Amino acid sequence: MKILNILFSSFMLLSTYASADISGNAPDFELSGTLAGKTEKVKLSDYRGQVVYLDFWASWCSPCRDSFPWMNEMQAKYKEKSVTFIAINVDRKQKDAKAFLVKTPAEFLIAFDSKGKTPGQYGVMGMPSAFVIGKDGNILHSHIGFHKNNLAEYEAHIQQALTH
Amino acid sequence: MYKILLLTLICTSLIACTGLGVEPWERDILAKAEMQPAATAVDGAFDDHIYFSKEASSGGASFGGGGCGCN
Repeated sequence: MKILNILFSSFMLLSTYASADISGNAPDFELSGTLAGKTEKVKLSDYRGQVVYLDFWASWCSPCRDSFPWMNEMQAKYKEKSVTFIAINVDRKQKDAKAFLVKTPAEFLIAFDSKGKTPGQYGVMGMPSAFVIGKDGNILHSHIGFHKNNLAEYEAHIQQALTH
Repeated sequence: MYKILLLTLICTSLIACTGLGVEPWERDILAKAEMQPAATAVDGAFDDHIYFSKEASSGGASFGGGGCGCN
Protein backbone atom coordinates (compact mmCIF):
# COMPACT_ATOMS: atom_id res chain seq x y z
CA MET A 1 0.00 0.00 0.00
CA LYS A 2 2.85 2.31 0.89
CA ILE A 3 4.49 1.63 -2.47
CA LEU A 4 1.22 2.45 -4.21
CA ASN A 5 1.03 5.78 -2.38
CA ILE A 6 4.61 6.71 -3.19
CA LEU A 7 4.26 5.72 -6.81
CA PHE A 8 0.97 7.52 -7.26
CA SER A 9 2.10 10.76 -5.59
CA SER A 10 5.36 10.84 -7.52
CA PHE A 11 3.54 10.46 -10.81
CA MET A 12 1.02 13.12 -9.85
CA LEU A 13 3.90 15.43 -8.98
CA LEU A 14 5.44 14.78 -12.39
CA SER A 15 2.21 15.52 -14.19
CA THR A 16 1.69 18.82 -12.34
CA TYR A 17 5.24 19.82 -13.19
CA ALA A 18 4.42 19.33 -16.86
CA SER A 19 1.69 21.98 -16.74
CA ALA A 20 3.28 24.91 -14.94
CA ASP A 21 0.91 27.64 -13.79
CA ILE A 22 1.58 31.31 -14.30
CA SER A 23 0.04 32.99 -11.27
CA GLY A 24 1.50 33.76 -7.86
CA ASN A 25 5.15 34.27 -7.11
CA ALA A 26 7.39 34.68 -10.15
CA PRO A 27 10.00 31.88 -10.22
CA ASP A 28 13.48 33.25 -9.61
CA PHE A 29 16.29 32.68 -12.09
CA GLU A 30 19.90 33.60 -12.62
CA LEU A 31 21.17 33.85 -16.17
CA SER A 32 23.98 35.50 -18.03
CA GLY A 33 22.88 38.45 -20.08
CA THR A 34 23.79 41.70 -21.70
CA LEU A 35 22.88 45.37 -21.39
CA ALA A 36 24.06 47.88 -23.98
CA GLY A 37 26.86 45.59 -25.13
CA LYS A 38 28.16 44.81 -21.64
CA THR A 39 27.90 41.37 -20.07
CA GLU A 40 25.62 41.31 -17.07
CA LYS A 41 24.39 38.78 -14.56
CA VAL A 42 20.59 38.75 -14.59
CA LYS A 43 18.96 37.61 -11.37
CA LEU A 44 15.24 38.29 -10.98
CA SER A 45 15.25 38.58 -7.18
CA ASP A 46 17.72 41.51 -7.47
CA TYR A 47 14.81 43.54 -8.81
CA ARG A 48 12.49 42.95 -5.86
CA GLY A 49 10.85 46.29 -5.04
CA GLN A 50 10.66 47.23 -8.70
CA VAL A 51 8.14 46.40 -11.37
CA VAL A 52 9.63 43.91 -13.83
CA TYR A 53 8.36 43.42 -17.36
CA LEU A 54 9.63 39.94 -18.21
CA ASP A 55 9.56 39.01 -21.86
CA PHE A 56 10.40 35.71 -23.58
CA TRP A 57 11.61 35.99 -27.16
CA ALA A 58 13.42 34.14 -29.93
CA SER A 59 15.25 35.26 -33.06
CA TRP A 60 12.95 33.19 -35.30
CA CYS A 61 9.79 34.84 -33.96
CA SER A 62 8.64 37.79 -36.07
CA PRO A 63 6.22 39.37 -33.53
CA CYS A 64 9.23 39.51 -31.17
CA ARG A 65 10.98 41.76 -33.66
CA ASP A 66 7.97 44.09 -33.59
CA SER A 67 7.97 44.16 -29.80
CA PHE A 68 11.56 45.42 -29.39
CA PRO A 69 11.02 49.07 -30.47
CA TRP A 70 7.99 49.25 -28.16
CA MET A 71 9.95 47.79 -25.25
CA ASN A 72 12.77 50.28 -25.90
CA GLU A 73 10.25 53.10 -25.80
CA MET A 74 8.59 51.80 -22.63
CA GLN A 75 11.93 51.20 -20.88
CA ALA A 76 12.91 54.83 -21.56
CA LYS A 77 9.50 56.12 -20.45
CA TYR A 78 9.31 54.18 -17.18
CA LYS A 79 12.99 54.10 -16.19
CA GLU A 80 12.44 56.89 -13.64
CA LYS A 81 9.55 55.00 -12.13
CA SER A 82 11.78 51.96 -11.58
CA VAL A 83 10.36 49.59 -14.13
CA THR A 84 12.93 47.10 -15.44
CA PHE A 85 12.51 45.29 -18.72
CA ILE A 86 14.14 41.87 -18.91
CA ALA A 87 13.89 39.94 -22.16
CA ILE A 88 14.91 36.29 -21.95
CA ASN A 89 16.13 34.85 -25.21
CA VAL A 90 15.30 31.16 -25.75
CA ASP A 91 17.37 30.50 -28.87
CA ARG A 92 19.34 27.27 -28.73
CA LYS A 93 22.28 29.00 -30.40
CA GLN A 94 23.30 32.28 -28.81
CA LYS A 95 24.79 33.51 -32.09
CA ASP A 96 21.25 33.60 -33.60
CA ALA A 97 20.21 35.92 -30.77
CA LYS A 98 23.31 38.09 -31.21
CA ALA A 99 22.60 38.46 -34.95
CA PHE A 100 19.02 39.46 -34.14
CA LEU A 101 20.24 42.06 -31.65
CA VAL A 102 22.55 43.65 -34.23
CA LYS A 103 19.55 44.24 -36.51
CA THR A 104 17.09 44.99 -33.72
CA PRO A 105 18.92 46.83 -30.95
CA ALA A 106 17.66 46.50 -27.40
CA GLU A 107 18.10 49.20 -24.79
CA PHE A 108 16.99 46.92 -21.98
CA LEU A 109 18.37 43.83 -20.24
CA ILE A 110 18.70 40.71 -22.35
CA ALA A 111 19.20 37.32 -20.68
CA PHE A 112 20.15 34.11 -22.45
CA ASP A 113 18.51 30.78 -21.65
CA SER A 114 19.53 28.38 -24.39
CA LYS A 115 18.40 25.36 -22.34
CA GLY A 116 14.80 26.63 -22.13
CA LYS A 117 14.56 26.21 -18.36
CA THR A 118 12.85 29.52 -17.52
CA PRO A 119 10.08 29.34 -20.17
CA GLY A 120 9.24 25.93 -18.66
CA GLN A 121 9.08 27.43 -15.17
CA TYR A 122 6.76 30.18 -16.38
CA GLY A 123 4.59 27.84 -18.47
CA VAL A 124 5.17 29.89 -21.62
CA MET A 125 2.55 28.98 -24.23
CA GLY A 126 3.83 30.94 -27.21
CA MET A 127 6.43 33.36 -28.48
CA PRO A 128 6.64 36.11 -27.42
CA SER A 129 5.16 35.92 -23.93
CA ALA A 130 5.33 38.65 -21.33
CA PHE A 131 4.78 38.74 -17.59
CA VAL A 132 4.33 41.88 -15.52
CA ILE A 133 5.81 41.20 -12.09
CA GLY A 134 4.84 43.49 -9.20
CA LYS A 135 7.14 45.04 -6.60
CA ASP A 136 6.36 42.12 -4.25
CA GLY A 137 7.56 39.58 -6.82
CA ASN A 138 4.11 38.33 -7.79
CA ILE A 139 2.97 37.91 -11.37
CA LEU A 140 0.19 40.45 -11.92
CA HIS A 141 -0.43 40.21 -15.65
CA SER A 142 0.67 38.09 -18.55
CA HIS A 143 0.01 37.99 -22.26
CA ILE A 144 0.94 35.78 -25.19
CA GLY A 145 1.97 37.26 -28.51
CA PHE A 146 2.53 40.89 -29.39
CA HIS A 147 -0.36 42.67 -31.09
CA LYS A 148 -0.04 46.32 -32.05
CA ASN A 149 -3.76 46.82 -31.32
CA ASN A 150 -3.17 45.93 -27.68
CA LEU A 151 -0.31 48.32 -26.91
CA ALA A 152 -2.49 50.52 -24.67
CA GLU A 153 -3.48 47.44 -22.68
CA TYR A 154 0.14 46.30 -22.27
CA GLU A 155 1.11 49.75 -21.00
CA ALA A 156 -1.91 49.85 -18.68
CA HIS A 157 -0.67 46.59 -17.13
CA ILE A 158 2.65 48.29 -16.30
CA GLN A 159 0.87 51.29 -14.81
CA GLN A 160 -1.41 49.06 -12.75
CA ALA A 161 1.61 47.20 -11.42
CA LEU A 162 3.17 50.52 -10.36
CA THR A 163 0.10 51.47 -8.32
CA HIS A 164 -0.50 47.94 -7.04
CA MET B 1 6.21 -8.38 -7.92
CA TYR B 2 3.82 -8.81 -10.85
CA LYS B 3 1.33 -6.46 -9.19
CA ILE B 4 3.93 -3.75 -8.65
CA LEU B 5 5.00 -4.03 -12.27
CA LEU B 6 1.40 -3.73 -13.44
CA LEU B 7 0.85 -0.76 -11.15
CA THR B 8 3.96 0.97 -12.47
CA LEU B 9 2.72 0.45 -16.01
CA ILE B 10 -0.70 1.90 -15.18
CA CYS B 11 0.81 4.89 -13.39
CA THR B 12 3.25 5.51 -16.24
CA SER B 13 0.36 5.58 -18.69
CA LEU B 14 -1.22 8.38 -16.62
CA ILE B 15 1.57 10.76 -17.62
CA ALA B 16 2.01 9.29 -21.07
CA CYS B 17 0.93 12.40 -22.96
CA THR B 18 2.45 15.14 -20.81
CA GLY B 19 5.83 15.18 -22.52
CA LEU B 20 4.66 15.05 -26.12
CA GLY B 21 5.30 17.59 -28.80
CA VAL B 22 7.55 20.55 -29.25
CA GLU B 23 7.49 23.28 -26.62
CA PRO B 24 6.65 26.80 -27.84
CA TRP B 25 10.26 27.91 -27.26
CA GLU B 26 11.63 24.99 -29.28
CA ARG B 27 9.99 25.94 -32.57
CA ASP B 28 13.13 27.38 -34.15
CA ILE B 29 13.42 24.67 -36.77
CA LEU B 30 9.66 24.44 -37.36
CA ALA B 31 9.59 28.19 -37.99
CA LYS B 32 11.94 27.91 -40.97
CA ALA B 33 10.43 28.54 -44.39
CA GLU B 34 11.49 25.12 -45.67
CA MET B 35 9.55 23.46 -42.86
CA GLN B 36 6.20 24.85 -43.98
CA PRO B 37 3.82 22.26 -45.48
CA ALA B 38 3.17 24.41 -48.58
CA ALA B 39 6.14 25.41 -50.72
CA THR B 40 4.69 28.82 -51.54
CA ALA B 41 1.98 30.98 -50.03
CA VAL B 42 -0.05 30.88 -53.27
CA ASP B 43 0.10 27.09 -53.33
CA GLY B 44 -1.12 27.03 -49.75
CA ALA B 45 -3.95 29.44 -50.53
CA PHE B 46 -5.13 27.21 -53.43
CA ASP B 47 -5.06 24.14 -51.21
CA ASP B 48 -7.00 26.01 -48.54
CA HIS B 49 -9.58 27.15 -51.07
CA ILE B 50 -10.11 23.62 -52.43
CA TYR B 51 -10.30 22.20 -48.93
CA PHE B 52 -12.81 24.85 -47.85
CA SER B 53 -14.98 24.25 -50.94
CA LYS B 54 -15.10 20.52 -50.38
CA GLU B 55 -15.29 20.35 -46.62
CA ALA B 56 -17.01 23.64 -45.68
CA SER B 57 -14.30 24.13 -43.07
CA SER B 58 -10.78 25.42 -43.01
CA GLY B 59 -7.63 25.53 -40.93
CA GLY B 60 -5.54 22.91 -39.26
CA ALA B 61 -3.05 22.67 -42.10
CA SER B 62 -0.19 24.49 -40.45
CA PHE B 63 1.81 24.67 -37.26
CA GLY B 64 -0.01 27.35 -35.23
CA GLY B 65 1.02 30.82 -36.24
CA GLY B 66 3.68 29.77 -38.75
CA GLY B 67 6.05 28.68 -36.03
CA CYS B 68 5.80 31.49 -33.54
CA GLY B 69 3.13 29.56 -31.63
CA CYS B 70 1.22 32.66 -30.63
CA ASN B 71 -2.05 31.97 -32.43
